[in-house]
Amino acid sequence: MSAALWVHTVVGLVALLALLAGVTLVGVWWERKFIGHLQRRRGPLHHGWHGLLQLPADMIKMVGKEDTVPAAADRLLFQFGPVAAIVPAYAALVALTFAPGVALVDMSHGLLYVFAFETMLPLAFALIGWSCANKFTLLGGLRAAAQLISYEIPMLLAALGVVLAAQSMGLTTIINAQTGVWYIVKQPLGFAIFSIAMLAEMNRSPFDLPEAESELVAGYMTEYSGMKFGFVQLAEYSVLLVGSYLIAALFLGGWNMPFLPASWLWLALKIVLLMTATMWIRGTFPRLRVDTLTQLSWKWLLPAALLNIMLVAALALALGPKLY
Amino acid sequence: MVNFERTDAPGGTETLLLNVGPQHPSTHGVLHFMLEMAGERVVNAKPVIGYLHRGIEKLAEDRTWQQVMVLTDRQDYVAQFSNEWAYCRAVERLAGIEVPERAEWLRTLMCELNRITSHLIWYAGVTMDIGTLGTPFIYAWETRERIFDFFEAVTGARIMPNWMRIGGVRTDIDAGLLAPMRAFLADDFPKECDVFEALLTGNEIVVSRMKGVGVYTAEECIHLGITGPFLRASGPARDLRRDAPYGAYDKLDFEVCTDDVGDSLARCRVRLRELRESARMCVQLIDRMPEGEIAVKVPRALKPPAGDCYVRTESPRGELGVFVASDGSAKPYRYRVRSPIFYNLSAMPRLLPGHLLADMLVIFGGIDTSMGEIDR
Repeated sequence: MSAALWVHTVVGLVALLALLAGVTLVGVWWERKFIGHLQRRRGPLHHGWHGLLQLPADMIKMVGKEDTVPAAADRLLFQFGPVAAIVPAYAALVALTFAPGVALVDMSHGLLYVFAFETMLPLAFALIGWSCANKFTLLGGLRAAAQLISYEIPMLLAALGVVLAAQSMGLTTIINAQTGVWYIVKQPLGFAIFSIAMLAEMNRSPFDLPEAESELVAGYMTEYSGMKFGFVQLAEYSVLLVGSYLIAALFLGGWNMPFLPASWLWLALKIVLLMTATMWIRGTFPRLRVDTLTQLSWKWLLPAALLNIMLVAALALALGPKLY
Repeated sequence: MVNFERTDAPGGTETLLLNVGPQHPSTHGVLHFMLEMAGERVVNAKPVIGYLHRGIEKLAEDRTWQQVMVLTDRQDYVAQFSNEWAYCRAVERLAGIEVPERAEWLRTLMCELNRITSHLIWYAGVTMDIGTLGTPFIYAWETRERIFDFFEAVTGARIMPNWMRIGGVRTDIDAGLLAPMRAFLADDFPKECDVFEALLTGNEIVVSRMKGVGVYTAEECIHLGITGPFLRASGPARDLRRDAPYGAYDKLDFEVCTDDVGDSLARCRVRLRELRESARMCVQLIDRMPEGEIAVKVPRALKPPAGDCYVRTESPRGELGVFVASDGSAKPYRYRVRSPIFYNLSAMPRLLPGHLLADMLVIFGGIDTSMGEIDR
């Protein structure tokens, strides 16, 4: 590897880590503020401007906490769990293109790469759930695995509709194909399926079953404290970030904006709005039951996703790939 | 030590013993459930109670009749006035004390307001159990706080009023307070009830999780001595406020809310309708509040004649019974409470098996427990 490539890689990786940490910290603050106002409260207020200094305080608290390991836990897997969660979450960020030509690695099959790593997260959660030797974490981990099987297929099929239309799995190509009309207009059904399944992938309400607080205390992460908990949280927020990015990139035109020049700002704005939307949903809806989620996925989302693919394929054949 | 016999799980696998509580986000205090689980499905359930036992009934035997009053607040700290009133009625009947009419009306008014706050706590709890992040919870809390302001203005305390006295009540209601109270109950509260209904029974996800979950028939309810909204949701229109009226209830126009389905959703509907019904009763009470004394003189060393008596009242959770026995001295010989929730909770081992863990919390949240009253 040349020196320039080394510099590019290291700077890029550090920038992505900073992005992830920043999104997590500001995301936590924004979520507390937003949901606070949703509940006619004001959220954190006392430290700094609108409670912004709460963030470093939370970070110091998290680092300073005692790192406990349950006596009956599988020590090796227990220590390995947060790593298994954070590595794929971090690795998925590598392929994201944030502006024309701005990506650590602009892959020709970036979408496939991102999905491959995102799918590994629930496996890490199941591993964590099992390693803690706690019944609540076990149930949470198994729920994460069950949820993965349910929503992953409709999600990938919905994304396949976009791939069919754009005739590429590269994120840059997909976004550039939406310079005119966004895919949300052309494939509204696909957008709906993808968004619902993505909410489940993010473990966000109403699909927050693996960490259902009122049922499983804190689900698979019940036993974690200190920085281990912090890493799991970081992984969760990275899914939130990547999920919002994918919805924005696949269906909402990425960095494109009608009548305005393309810019990374549009993408950032869309991601923030989508993340806020998940918080809004979280503040409003109760949780689905385990069997309702699987039924929703298999009985409704999956047939709808197949229908969506057939529709897209038929339209592309009838109108020609370039027109559609 | 609690014995727990395990059954064989389907498919020859082992079952899992899951202890939910006494320290768990959704046990509403310190209830402990021993659940035998086959995966996520409950096979066997056993409630373990007694973590909040303070010996209130025994403590009462060492106090004068009047001093017991302060303990009754602490029995069920969610429905304080109902507990005070039940004890007062028992002692008054035993000692043959006539309570002035205004005192009875004031007691009825505060008790109905208390029914609203108690049902709001149930609402807050059940919406948390079903997995919201606490938005309906906070809304209910806010409304409850407005009623607590009235409690504070009348009794001087928000949660532990210690307001009723044998023979009447401690403080009169300020004449200037009735107008804002009436405005709140007649105008604001029904609107807030609309919001509560929209967020609970009006939500598709809630309906999908509650419909047909935890069905209990009227016969089973009566067999176990279940009372209150739990029983009324299964059909029978049994309400002591109408069936054995006390206070000012016989002079009020109100409806006994019932439902005929008997599932968790029906229990929610009944309680939500009772919220409106209670507010309607309060408005009638405020409009027709009679003038007069608020208490009769009762000797400080009250010595009811030897004997015993049992009174029944309709607390927000069901039939709250109080038994008092006197040996003619200044202290009760025996004080015993029939806690409605204890009987309602006894339905759990029959209701829960076959349901999922998520359903268990919905069913349990739907019976509206208050551990203070069970354990005393």
